[in-house]
Amino acid sequence: MNLVKLYKRYKFVFAELVKRDFKKKYKRSFLGVLWSMLAPLLTMLVMNFIFGNFFGRTQEYYTIYLFSGWLIYQYYNDATNGAMNSLMSNAYIFSKVKVPKYMFLFSRVASSSINFFLTLVVYFVFVIAYKLPITWKFITLLYPVACMFVFICGIGLILSALFVFFKDIQYLYSVFTLALMYATPIFYTVDILEPGQRWIFYLNPLYYYVTYFRSVVIDGVIPALWFHGAMLAVSVLLFAIGCWMYKKYNYKFLYYV
Amino acid sequence: MINVNNVSVRYVLGDFKDIGLKEYLIKKAKGQLVKKELWALRDVSFHVNKGEMLGIVGSNGSGKSTILKVLAGIMPPTKGSIKANGSVAALLELGAGFDGDLTVKENVYLRGALLGYTRDFVKDEYEKIIEFSELKEFEDVMYKKLSSGMRSKLAFSIASRVNPDILVLDEVLSVGDMAFRRKSEARMREMMSGGTTTILVSHSLSQVRELCTQVVWLEKGEMRGIGDTKTMCDMYEKYMKK
Repeated sequence: MNLVKLYKRYKFVFAELVKRDFKKKYKRSFLGVLWSMLAPLLTMLVMNFIFGNFFGRTQEYYTIYLFSGWLIYQYYNDATNGAMNSLMSNAYIFSKVKVPKYMFLFSRVASSSINFFLTLVVYFVFVIAYKLPITWKFITLLYPVACMFVFICGIGLILSALFVFFKDIQYLYSVFTLALMYATPIFYTVDILEPGQRWIFYLNPLYYYVTYFRSVVIDGVIPALWFHGAMLAVSVLLFAIGCWMYKKYNYKFLYYV
Repeated sequence: MINVNNVSVRYVLGDFKDIGLKEYLIKKAKGQLVKKELWALRDVSFHVNKGEMLGIVGSNGSGKSTILKVLAGIMPPTKGSIKANGSVAALLELGAGFDGDLTVKENVYLRGALLGYTRDFVKDEYEKIIEFSELKEFEDVMYKKLSSGMRSKLAFSIASRVNPDILVLDEVLSVGDMAFRRKSEARMREMMSGGTTTILVSHSLSQVRELCTQVVWLEKGEMRGIGDTKTMCDMYEKYMKK
């Protein structure tokens, strides 16, 4: 497999598809872009107001704590939902034009990622406003972001393959993401569970990304090596499963009329 | 040169696609899952030499569009194989890939990218494309505001910029008003000249008679015959009159 060649061949169509998604989302207005930064900000403030009274007493920098969790969760939620729909909503194109179907999926995840980076800007404004020290360690945040990108692509490949056959996946998945939101320590702290029960968090991939962000930004500590290993392993595994499913099913649904 | 060997394509019909995961699992457990098969193509074989123009005729649902999709590489055949030497450009549905919320200019880039053009190529050809489509004043207008005639003119203008080795066409020769049609037909002839191998599906028998060197007749996914244009067209016409 020659990745460089693939990249060269498809970078134009990839860029154009990302542009399309982005322009449509923001309706080519500056306010549109601003809105995508404002929306998480407002949600944040509401959540901070509500939950700050419960958990803010025990957790230092609760606003940042909350924002870290929300940021990651929103990225995951938006990107995987978009990826799930990406094949179906573009089927009218690739049933008429020869273009690799995964382009639509990756470009959709990429435009979610751009959105995520915009939110990240707001996030860092908060970090500065709360007078948390910005250190060189912040560079390591690229690691969880990269792992997450691979992870999301993997989940997206699996979901989009299922979605073309089973339309009700989207309802099941929205229930799943809701459950995932509550299963991830976003607004509550991990001590909601007894130390002996906390292993349940370790089964949740989002827990690792969230914890990584908090550890580096709030505590100034880079997580242990095994933490990095676990993140990488889960991402690569899911991506491999996704690729396998894509390969197996990507042509099949063309034949279902 | 194109070699089509015993190509068959199977579609799957039935309630499979609408029922969702839950019902699928229940029906599967009960063994009630109904899957109907439909062979859109069965053992289709033909051969086109370099520079020749093959026409495909047949009534609706005969598998013409499916064979074009297979030739374009969009759909791999269920059985059989296809061998094509050289670059393939397929103009199937000209409208696919355009986005209503983008401007004409942005759509030229998007559609060009989907067709496999490079950015530089689109940049270089952009003026020619706009000029050919007669949409210069509409460059910054949203695509959805264009009339359907304008849309097909734009689509044809973008798609016809290439000089491929193999050209696969689905009823695209007849777009726009009379003047544009004449212009586009001239452009098509230009594309077909110079050794391009062409495969054309058309409902217009007169067009097929005029352009094609060889004709395949499909009916319900099966080949009724292959041969020189006059014989095949006459046979098909007789069949249609019945």
